[in-house]
Amino acid sequence: MPTYQPVLLANIHKEDSHKLAVYESGGGYRALRRVLKEKSPQDVVEMVRLSNLRGRGGAGFPTGLKWSFLPEGHPGPVYLCVNADESEPGTFVNRVLMELDPHQVIEGIILSSYATKARTAYIYLRYEYPLSLQRMQAAVDECYQAGYLGKRILGRDFSLDVYIHRGAAAYVCGEEMGLIESLEGKRAWPRIKPPFPAVEGLFRKPTVVNNVETLACVTHIADRGVEWFKSLGTPPDPHDPRDPGSFGPKLYGLSGHVNRPGCYEAPLGITCRQLIEEFGGGVWKNRQAKAVIPGGLSTGLMTEAEFDTPLDFSGPLKVGCLGLGTGCVVVLDETYPILDFLYNSCRFFAHESCGQCTPCREGTRWAVEMIERIRAGRGRLKDLELLQEIGDSIGIIPGTTICGLADGAAWPIKNAIGKFRDELEDYIKRTNPEGYIVTEPVEALAAIAD
Amino acid sequence: MAIVIIDGRELEIPARQRLNGIQAAARLGIEIPHYCWHPALSVVGSCRMCLVEIGNRDAKTGKISMLPKLVPACNTIVTDGMVLVTDSQKVRQARARVEEGLLLRHPIDCPICDKAGECCLQDYHFLHGQDERRADVRPFTSRRRDVGEKVTLFVDRCVMCSQCVRFTREISRTGELMVTGRGAHEEIDVVPGFPLDNKLSGNVVDHCPVGALCDKEFLYQQRVWYMTRHPGVCTGCATGCSIWIEENQDRIYRIRPRENPQLNRWWICNEGRYGYPHVHNRRRLIRPRRRDGGEIVYLDWTGLPNELAGRLGQAGHLAAVLSPHLTCEEAYLLGKFVRGLDAAAWLALGPVPVVGQDERFPDALTISAEKCPNRRGVEAVIAHFTGRVTTFDQLLPEIDQGGIRGVWFSGGYKTDFVDEATARRFESLDLLVVQDLFPSPLSERADYELPAAAFAERDGSYVNRADRLQSAPWAIRPPAEVRSEGSLYWELLRRDGLYDSRAVLDELTREALYFSAARGPVPEVGIDLKVNLLADASGSNV
Repeated sequence: MPTYQPVLLANIHKEDSHKLAVYESGGGYRALRRVLKEKSPQDVVEMVRLSNLRGRGGAGFPTGLKWSFLPEGHPGPVYLCVNADESEPGTFVNRVLMELDPHQVIEGIILSSYATKARTAYIYLRYEYPLSLQRMQAAVDECYQAGYLGKRILGRDFSLDVYIHRGAAAYVCGEEMGLIESLEGKRAWPRIKPPFPAVEGLFRKPTVVNNVETLACVTHIADRGVEWFKSLGTPPDPHDPRDPGSFGPKLYGLSGHVNRPGCYEAPLGITCRQLIEEFGGGVWKNRQAKAVIPGGLSTGLMTEAEFDTPLDFSGPLKVGCLGLGTGCVVVLDETYPILDFLYNSCRFFAHESCGQCTPCREGTRWAVEMIERIRAGRGRLKDLELLQEIGDSIGIIPGTTICGLADGAAWPIKNAIGKFRDELEDYIKRTNPEGYIVTEPVEALAAIAD
Repeated sequence: MAIVIIDGRELEIPARQRLNGIQAAARLGIEIPHYCWHPALSVVGSCRMCLVEIGNRDAKTGKISMLPKLVPACNTIVTDGMVLVTDSQKVRQARARVEEGLLLRHPIDCPICDKAGECCLQDYHFLHGQDERRADVRPFTSRRRDVGEKVTLFVDRCVMCSQCVRFTREISRTGELMVTGRGAHEEIDVVPGFPLDNKLSGNVVDHCPVGALCDKEFLYQQRVWYMTRHPGVCTGCATGCSIWIEENQDRIYRIRPRENPQLNRWWICNEGRYGYPHVHNRRRLIRPRRRDGGEIVYLDWTGLPNELAGRLGQAGHLAAVLSPHLTCEEAYLLGKFVRGLDAAAWLALGPVPVVGQDERFPDALTISAEKCPNRRGVEAVIAHFTGRVTTFDQLLPEIDQGGIRGVWFSGGYKTDFVDEATARRFESLDLLVVQDLFPSPLSERADYELPAAAFAERDGSYVNRADRLQSAPWAIRPPAEVRSEGSLYWELLRRDGLYDSRAVLDELTREALYFSAARGPVPEVGIDLKVNLLADASGSNV
C-alpha cells in the first residue's frame, strides 16, 4: 500500500512539539480560524456527521450522531467532557497525543465546543499521566494567552473555558456516566441511562463526552475536509445499510511480545498481521504469536489464524471479539499460557468493577476465585462452563448491567474459553486429574460484638 | 390514557400518571422483585433484579416486537403500547443469576439474623432462585459494626442496594452513610465523624431489604413470624404518624411505619419508633387504689364505677381535666359523664407537653414540638360541651378559689407533667380522681388512683395538628387490672355491653360539626376533618 503520511502524529518528532509556536508554525489553528470565520455551529456538526467519524475511545459510536442528540434550543449550559482517562489495558495512544501534540487535541476541543455550543469543557485526565497534565495545562494556558480560549475567541461571539480535572486511578471513570459522576464529585458509580447524557448529563445538563483521539480527528476533518477523511479507511459494507464504515486515520498502539512496540498511525483497516510485521518488526525472539488482544483488554483475543482481520470497526467483530476497541494491540507469543492471560484479565476487571451492579460485582469476583482455584491445581472442567456462563450473562449487551465494563470483563473470558478451550482443559486435566476439589478447612470468622 | 400489555394482560393507565414497570405490574398483581428501588428514593437500577423484557405493540398492525436485551423495570416508564414480559425464560434466568450472585458471598446467618421471615433475599431465593448452589461454600458469619446509637450494621450481609445511603442523602438530608471501597470489597460505613444519629435514622432498617442494618432495640428480641401487627397511630406528638404496632402475646416488640401518602408517607421518627418501652415499664400503675387518710386500699373494679359516681355526685361542683392523650371518644364520654353529674362542670384541657421546636424534614414528615396526639380533638370536644376551651393553667386559679370541689384528672402521660407546687394546689379538693400511667406528685395526692391504658391498649381516634382524624384500634390487652379509659367511662355512663368506640364516634360526629366528616368509615389514611368545615356551616351533612 502507498506510504501513508501521518497526520495525527505529524508533529511529535519536532522539538518542543507541545508548544504553541511550534504547533502554529506547522499550520495549527488555521482550521479553527477558518471555521469560526466561515461556518456556523450547525455546519460543523454536519461536517462531522458526513465524515462518519466514529469515536476512538472504544465504542466506535458515530460522533456526529452523538452530537445530534443534544436538544435544540436548550437554555444550557452545554458541557463537553474530554475523556482523557485512558485506562484500557494496552492503550497509551492518547498519552502520546497529549504529551507531544496537546494543541492538536485542544483545537479539536474548541472546534467541538463551537459545534455543540458548549461553553465549558472539562478534560477528565487520568491521574497516572503527570506529563500529560503538565503539557495539556501549559497548552491551555498558552491558548488563553493567545485568545484561542476565554471570552470572545478570535473576536467571535463564542467563549469557552477549559478545565483539567484529574482522576484518581479508577478504570470505571473512563466510562462516560462514571466520568460524569466523578466530575460531579461523587463516587464513580456510572449513572443509569435513560436519561442520556445528551439530555441530562453533567450536572443534569446536556453533555457530550468524547475521546481525545476523536477530538484530534475533528481538527483534521476541519483542516483537510470530509473528502480527505473518507479517502482513508474502510467504506461501509454494502450489505449492511446501518454500517457507517470505518473512516479516517487511527493510532494503533502496539505492545507485548514484539520487537518494536510503539504508537503507530495508519488508515483504519490495516490488518493485525500488517501491524505486527510491518510496523512492529515481527514477534520477538523469533517466536510465533499465539494470539493478540486486538484493541485493549476488553476486546478479548484474536488467534494467530485470525491475524488477517482488518483492524477497523467491523473486522474484529467478525472473529468474535468485542470490537475494535482502542485499536491497541498486545501480542502474546506461543509460550504465554492463556490461563495467565485469563487470570490477569479477571483480576483486573474484578479490581476495577465499580460494584453497584450485582452481575458484574459478583460475576467478576467469582471468576477470579474460580481461576485462582484452577491455577492452584483444584480446577474442574465444569468451571470452564461456569466461566463461560458468566461471560455470556454479564454486560449491557444482554442488558444485565448498567455499563459496558461488564462486557469488557466478559469478553476475555468468552474468547479465552471459546478459542483456547483445549489449552485450558489440558491444564485442568494435568493439574487436577481426579477432577474433584479438595476443600481446605476454613475458619469461620467470629462475629465481632460491639 | 395509555394501554400497557404486561404478560399478555392489558392495563389502562390514566393520562399524566408516570408509572415505572414495577408499579404498573403491581397494579395487575404481578410482583417484580427488586432490592434497590423504592418509590421515595432516586432510581439507581443497580441491583438488576427487576430486569424484564420490553417491546412495543404497533398501534396499527397490532404486531409485537420485543427488544433483544433486558431492561430494569424500575427505570422504565411505561408508555402507550409498551409490552412487558416478566415471566419468560430469559427473565427468570436473569433473576436467578442475580439471586445467585447475591448469595455467593452472603454469610450463612439466617438462624441468627433478625430479618429472617421478612427478608427479600430469602423470599426471592424461594420464589426466583436456583435449586443448586454452584459455587464453593465458605461458611462464615457476618462482621458487625455500629453505625449509630440505634442502628447496627452487619457488614457482610449487605447486598449494596444503597437504599440506606440514598435515604440519608435524599430524605433525612443528613448524609451520614456512604459506600467505601470498590467492587466486591465495598461496604457501607458512616462518613468519618458523622455517626448515623439523625431523628429519622431508624427508617434505614425498614429500607434495608436484608438483615444488614438492624435495629439495636429490636435485635434478637423476637422472630417476626411470631408477631402480629396492628394498624395504629403514633401518640408521641401532634403529627400522629400512621404506624404498625407489632406484638406477641400482648407485648410490643416493634413499631414500624404504616404507609400513609397523606401524612408520614413511608417513615416515622425515632421518638415514635422507640416510644413504646413505657408500655411495659414496671413502674406503671396497674391496680386501682383509694387513699383513706394515710392508708392505701386496693380496690376491686366490681362496684367501683358506682362508688366513683357516688363520690363525684357528693362533691357537687366538678371539673374534669381531659388529657390531650385521650382519644376523641374517651374525651367525649368523660365530658358527657361529668356534665351529667354537674351541668356546670368545668372541662379543661390537660397540660400539653411541649419540647423544643417543630422539626421539619421536607419530603418526609414534621416532628411536632407538641408531644401529645390529640389536643385538637380534645379541644373540639371541650368546646362542644362548654362553648370554649379552658386550659389547665386557667383551671388552677378556679381550684384555688374553692368553687370546684371534685376533679377527675385523666392522664396518660409518659413523662413528668406536673410539679410538686402545682400538685399541692389540688390538696384543698374534697375529691381528686387521677387516672394515669405512672405515679406523679398528683397521683400521690389522689383519693382515687386509677391505672390508665397505654396508647396501644386504647381504642379510638385521634385528630392531629392538621385536623386529620385517624382510627387507632387497640393492639394489645392492658395488664390485668387496668381498665382502659374508654371502657371505664362507658360503664360510668351505664351503657350496655362492651365499649364500642365506633358507636361513640358516630354519636360524636352527629353532635359536633367539627367531627362530621368522620361520619362514614374512616379510611386507613385518616380523614381531613376540614373538608366538612369549609362547607355550609348550617350543619347539613354529606
